[in-house]
Amino acid sequence: MDLDPFVLARIQFAANISFHILFPSITIGLAWVLLYFRLRFTLSKDQAWEYAYYFWVKIFALTFAIGVVSGLTMSFQFGTNWPGFMERAGNIAGPLLGYEVLTAFFLEASFLGIMLFGKSRVSNRMHLIATAIVAIGTSISGFWILALNSWMQTPAGFIIEDGVFFAQDWTQIIFNPSFPYRFLHMMTACFITSAFLIAGVSAWRTRSGVDGPATRMVLKTGVIMAAVLTPLQIVIGDLHGLNTLEHQPAKIAAMEAIWETERGASFTLIGLPDEEARKTHFAIKIPYAASLILTHSAEGEVKGLNEFEGAHPPVAMVFWSFRVMLGMGALMLLVSWWAAFQFIRGRDITRALLLVLSAMTFAGWVATLAGWYVTEVGRQPWIVYGLLSSADVVADHSSATLTNTLLGYIGLYLFLLVSYIQALRYLASKPAQSLILLHTSDGQATTVGPN
Amino acid sequence: MEQFLPIFFVAVMGLSLLLYVILDGFDLGVGILLPLASDSEKDTMIASIGPFWDANETWIVLGVGILLIAFPKAHGIVLTALYIPVTLMLFGLILRGVAFDFRVKAGDRRKQLWNRAFFVGSLIASTSQGWMLGAYITGLQRNATSHTFAALIAFSLPALYVMLGAGWLLIKTEGLLFDKAVRWARFALPVMGLALVLVSIATPFVSHDIADRWFSLPSAIGLIPIPVSCFIAFLILHFVLRKPDVLRAGYHWVVFTAITLICLMAALGLAYSIYPYIIIGRMDLFEAAAATNSLQFVFYGVVVTLPVILLYSAFVFRVFRGKATTLSYE
Repeated sequence: MDLDPFVLARIQFAANISFHILFPSITIGLAWVLLYFRLRFTLSKDQAWEYAYYFWVKIFALTFAIGVVSGLTMSFQFGTNWPGFMERAGNIAGPLLGYEVLTAFFLEASFLGIMLFGKSRVSNRMHLIATAIVAIGTSISGFWILALNSWMQTPAGFIIEDGVFFAQDWTQIIFNPSFPYRFLHMMTACFITSAFLIAGVSAWRTRSGVDGPATRMVLKTGVIMAAVLTPLQIVIGDLHGLNTLEHQPAKIAAMEAIWETERGASFTLIGLPDEEARKTHFAIKIPYAASLILTHSAEGEVKGLNEFEGAHPPVAMVFWSFRVMLGMGALMLLVSWWAAFQFIRGRDITRALLLVLSAMTFAGWVATLAGWYVTEVGRQPWIVYGLLSSADVVADHSSATLTNTLLGYIGLYLFLLVSYIQALRYLASKPAQSLILLHTSDGQATTVGPN
Repeated sequence: MEQFLPIFFVAVMGLSLLLYVILDGFDLGVGILLPLASDSEKDTMIASIGPFWDANETWIVLGVGILLIAFPKAHGIVLTALYIPVTLMLFGLILRGVAFDFRVKAGDRRKQLWNRAFFVGSLIASTSQGWMLGAYITGLQRNATSHTFAALIAFSLPALYVMLGAGWLLIKTEGLLFDKAVRWARFALPVMGLALVLVSIATPFVSHDIADRWFSLPSAIGLIPIPVSCFIAFLILHFVLRKPDVLRAGYHWVVFTAITLICLMAALGLAYSIYPYIIIGRMDLFEAAAATNSLQFVFYGVVVTLPVILLYSAFVFRVFRGKATTLSYE
């Protein structure tokens, strides 16, 4: 097989960024959840909230550490893999990344130490503040990186001279047309990812009989969060789609595998898009649905891929990623509402539902990755949409170098991912501190939950 | 502004990288020393760097970040040329960064594995950084002299980090581990000293630009304080390490401080050697600089946030001052 260095550089960057995003997508939401646990404890003095905090802060620390080191890789790979990008768009991308380091990275990294290990060294109030600062820091980080990513998708506020981008209006650059949608969509995704994580792990603990009072409270927190945020996310996603249709019609055409521009376009539920034949085989379609979803009018016009021939993204990958995201979203809505309904009726969650919830521990990862594949693959062949192509900015490393480092990265990441999930399992399988404490202090077991 | 901003940013970049070498240097050094300690001492050593390592590592992100923001043309060239050592360094930093958490969270059976990963990661990261520094000083050339010089620094930098690590342990530990740290420092000192001397002798030979600057009068006279203060710091280290009683009597900070002084002098010397180049012999910092309005936008950010960052970093070090006890989330 002929391995094109350009394709290899893309795969390598994709592997790194896919691995990296798994961890911030947990910590961004989990940081706020931890603050919530911490506040509940401070206000109610109910020790279960404190146990919940200590259980989850360990997982937070582990997740954060992997996020930091894999993020470090990213900051170097802009230069090692795409030097042309910084030479051409550095005037815009540089400051945005710089502000991320200055306003977020140091904040998170410094106060994380106090949050994790400083409980006995600072006042309760200072510890709360440190926890809040870490939560704010992770979100600020998301703000800047999504501002940059959105700018690359829908560039604004710049001028180009001799092929180099120059900033003209920073407000327009940061709050570019797709930024509000992308930022909200990703932040909500992070919160849903952590909601399913805490619900899933708690469900698993409940099923294994190692839970305590805290476990049930966490399970409930996760379920309610997911049940509220998932429908909200569907609305935000829909608005984001409208925005994409306006600014990146080729991406939408690929997401829907619409080949010819048409009015009253039908939505292809599943099918096999074929770029050679320029048609979708075995398509199962819902009439008018695509127009309805995308333009909010049954007769709305949707541009087809053939209008962008030679300059549209690979269709099958975008088409399928989009369906994985939608499918996952629907499943999340179903499961979270089902579980929330049980809580509202004051029932305990059935063992079957606990099993479903624990199977969906990493559901957020699947949906988040699929969503990013839609938007990132869907942006190709451009790195800055419509202005700078990815192929123009790649570094000229040999295939051999790239293959070796790629294999190294993939090996390392698989090893880390397996270790991460094993560590989570190990932490989750330890009997609840709260349970042990209740045993010893009251002299009898007080278990809550179906067991 | 056009003249001032590139100089401002190169100074901030230099400061970040110097802080990185000193701060992450001590926790990388502790990582390299880890296999020499007993199991319970390992826990104390890790505890002594626990609250800090993450923020320490952020300084290299800022350093490289400024290279990227302020000197985008150089950023691409430097990182492309250093692709392999950068990749190796990242592997090392990833391994040690995660080992830190995994060693206590993956179960006792795997603790040994992660201790080893922490050591290996620290060593790989330090060696690669040395290689990068060496390659950078020789102008990113691809020839035998350049590679030999890079290899020389690749072996020297871990020795400096070990000294910083041992110096840190003297501040943060007591008892048997303290005595061990004295022994480790005593062992690493001549290695570091020799490396420092070799590097100082070799640098003018591999770069004529640098030789011209250091050996032409009258500027050479102005530079004398740099080697002199390094020599004095070295002498202090030599004597104080043979008198553990003095160290124990409240002077445990002397070792770390003396090495910090050496790092500072080396950084000043290096800055003098390189300025105004950003890539030696090829590109100066004004050629490499980003557009003035972009630099200005970040300039305000740096002026406001950097002092705040330094302030709260100091606050964190203050919160965790004193001897390290075993790390707990309580």
